[in-house]
Amino acid sequence: MKIKLEYAMPTLIAKISGEIDHHTASEMREILDREIDMNNIKNLVLDFKNVTFMDSSGIGVIVGRFKRIDALGGKMLIIRPTPQVDKILEISGIKKILTCKQEVKINE
Amino acid sequence: MSNYMKLEVPAKSSNEAFVRAAVGAFVSQIDPTIEEIADIKTAVSEGVTNSIIHGYENTKGIVTLMCRIDGKDVEIIISDSGVGIPDIEKAREPLYTSKPKEERSGMGFTVMETFMDVLVVESEVGVGTKVTMRKRIGA
Repeated sequence: MKIKLEYAMPTLIAKISGEIDHHTASEMREILDREIDMNNIKNLVLDFKNVTFMDSSGIGVIVGRFKRIDALGGKMLIIRPTPQVDKILEISGIKKILTCKQEVKINE
Repeated sequence: MSNYMKLEVPAKSSNEAFVRAAVGAFVSQIDPTIEEIADIKTAVSEGVTNSIIHGYENTKGIVTLMCRIDGKDVEIIISDSGVGIPDIEKAREPLYTSKPKEERSGMGFTVMETFMDVLVVESEVGVGTKVTMRKRIGA
């Protein structure tokens, strides 16, 4: 799992690649929390275009970050999930609390 | 065609990716779709993660996985000799987690149930847990 960070302050765009499971979830959590704590991030965009696998450990990380962003009065968005990731997002009910989009206009 | 394989790994989180990839590769011999492979890999990942986090509570132990294919039927058994589950019914409830402080989603069994056709959970406190999952390819 790797994360490429891009800033459009006060929005952080985290482009995640690779596999999100219990093993990699803690690193993802640490990186995102550090950004939220240190860089005055208000909104968070998680770009899942290059996430090749995610299990329910990823849901835990997403919900945890959503609670933090929500407490800051910010918005969180998930973009471009692959079909496997989208299925997990659907089952988890996460789409009821935050927006997931397939099409977005951002700089590649 | 009938075939089987058995894997034994120490309960280390770094083995989660290996085990699900191995099962995915093994099952591919009966020509599942990409989605079916993804379903099976996800369910396996949930089962192995449960054994590591809950069964062995992130300490030492061995996770065993057995995968059997018979025609288009896949059976996967994941077992550990960990602490066991005191209340299986409760553990299977969506969003229930015994470790709320650790940001677990409580969706592990729900994912296994949704992505596979059959999920059987057997457990004895102090003895361990055995999870059996079945899925028919091309169903």
